[in-house]
Amino acid sequence: MKKEVKNEKAKKYGMVIDLDKCTGCGACMVACMSENNVPFKEDESNKLDSIAWMRVYKLTNGKPFPEADICYLPRPCMHCEGHNGHAPCVSVCPATATDYNHETGIVSQIYTRCFGCRYCMVACPYHARYFNWWDPVWPEGMEKYLNPDVSPRMRGVVEKCSFCFHRYQTAMNKAYVEGRRKLEEDEYQTSCAQACPADAITFGDLNDPAHAVHQIAKPDLKHGGRSSNPNAFRLLERLGTNPKVYYLSSREWVRRAGDNYLKKDKTVKKLH
Amino acid sequence: MSRLIEEKGKESESGGFIILFFILGLAASLVLGWGVFPKLLYSQKKQPIDFNHVLHVEAVEEGCESCHFFREDGSFSGLPKLAQCVDCHEEIQGEDPNEVKFVEEFVANEREVPWLVYAEQPDCVFFSHAAHVKMGKMECVLCHGHIGESSHSRVYEENRVTGYSRDIWGKNISGLKKNTWDRMKMDDCAECHAKNKIGYDKTSMETLPWPLNWALLPYEKQIGPKARVQAKKDACFVCHK
Repeated sequence: MKKEVKNEKAKKYGMVIDLDKCTGCGACMVACMSENNVPFKEDESNKLDSIAWMRVYKLTNGKPFPEADICYLPRPCMHCEGHNGHAPCVSVCPATATDYNHETGIVSQIYTRCFGCRYCMVACPYHARYFNWWDPVWPEGMEKYLNPDVSPRMRGVVEKCSFCFHRYQTAMNKAYVEGRRKLEEDEYQTSCAQACPADAITFGDLNDPAHAVHQIAKPDLKHGGRSSNPNAFRLLERLGTNPKVYYLSSREWVRRAGDNYLKKDKTVKKLH
Repeated sequence: MSRLIEEKGKESESGGFIILFFILGLAASLVLGWGVFPKLLYSQKKQPIDFNHVLHVEAVEEGCESCHFFREDGSFSGLPKLAQCVDCHEEIQGEDPNEVKFVEEFVANEREVPWLVYAEQPDCVFFSHAAHVKMGKMECVLCHGHIGESSHSRVYEENRVTGYSRDIWGKNISGLKKNTWDRMKMDDCAECHAKNKIGYDKTSMETLPWPLNWALLPYEKQIGPKARVQAKKDACFVCHK
């Protein structure tokens, strides 16, 4: 009983990305990099070396001209809840450097605890984790533009999207000074959600019916958080990772691209 | 027979020498480790201006919070900027050479004073003054000591290896502490959090063995005030960033 009460109070921050609105401009990637002190490389096209907490993928339906269609898919960390906080990366980390926070639903990454075994990178089905092969090098004078709320990472540790957790910390600070313990929806927003010019990214508490993400995603907690919205899907949903990032698309082929469906398979929603 | 005794005598003589050598070596190592090394490890730095807390506390109305206040956005001012000082210090008051230096060098040139921060934490630490002072109703003294009663700025000791202030490790090289404000390491946060059962959840303690979970296991007893309970296992992100 006590646990139930606790779960009710707990927040579950999540994201809804409307792929019909996304133009693939990449503003979210840029906003994320500058917000989170993500180091950039001489050759950003070298995908073994470059780091992008938020990455925009391009999907195609593979059909010739008249039916040819493309879709851009921004991919932050999914902050998987798994079953009761057993996210794929969390359960393999030997150093407890990454963990599922039951209060906010955010998967943390503690750089000072990480020793760089990269087990989590192997476990993550979304390629959301990146390894620092080098110490970050900032062009002269650029250190002054770094965000003081985010600690820069060193060589040999893994990093990933944190849902701009430092913004939660500072928002809570403001709330404390005003004698509150609860945050308003607009007080904690990720940098990518704010930067998106098409308003494709919505961020908020999935547990709070007043928040837009809850209203759009309508997570069905009895079925592992699966969305009751017919246009919504999550990446590789059938793995049971229980991600907190929902995608919206009115196009069937886009929704099918979200998981490894066989030709004869129907999307999960229609199976149930 | 006599040769045998002679040899025995020789042996004990050389044995004594070894013991003497050992004692001397031990003594030398102890002197090096406890006396010389700490002196070498920390460089001594002076604050740019010798600040008199006593004088200021008498002059201001709201105690510590007059200068070390919370901003509207919830952040803590820590060391006040020049803008706060200028309110009173636009012109030289009195004849103290520090006051003259402050006004002439910094106020006149609109330059911020490069104060050395005794309590500066590493980059990865997120400390919320708001949570502790506003919500926890803690006194400044608990962590910062009686700094408000000092009439001179004490020497800032910087660890030559890490670059951090000695206040973090504590004055005592053996790591012992008598007061809550003697040290500012993670264990010191943990000690207080454990004592007051903050973020302390029994259910999450059983998931991992020590030291991975930073919590006492159910069969462990907390011995004395030196606890290693940090918080719940999933709470790293509360104080780290």
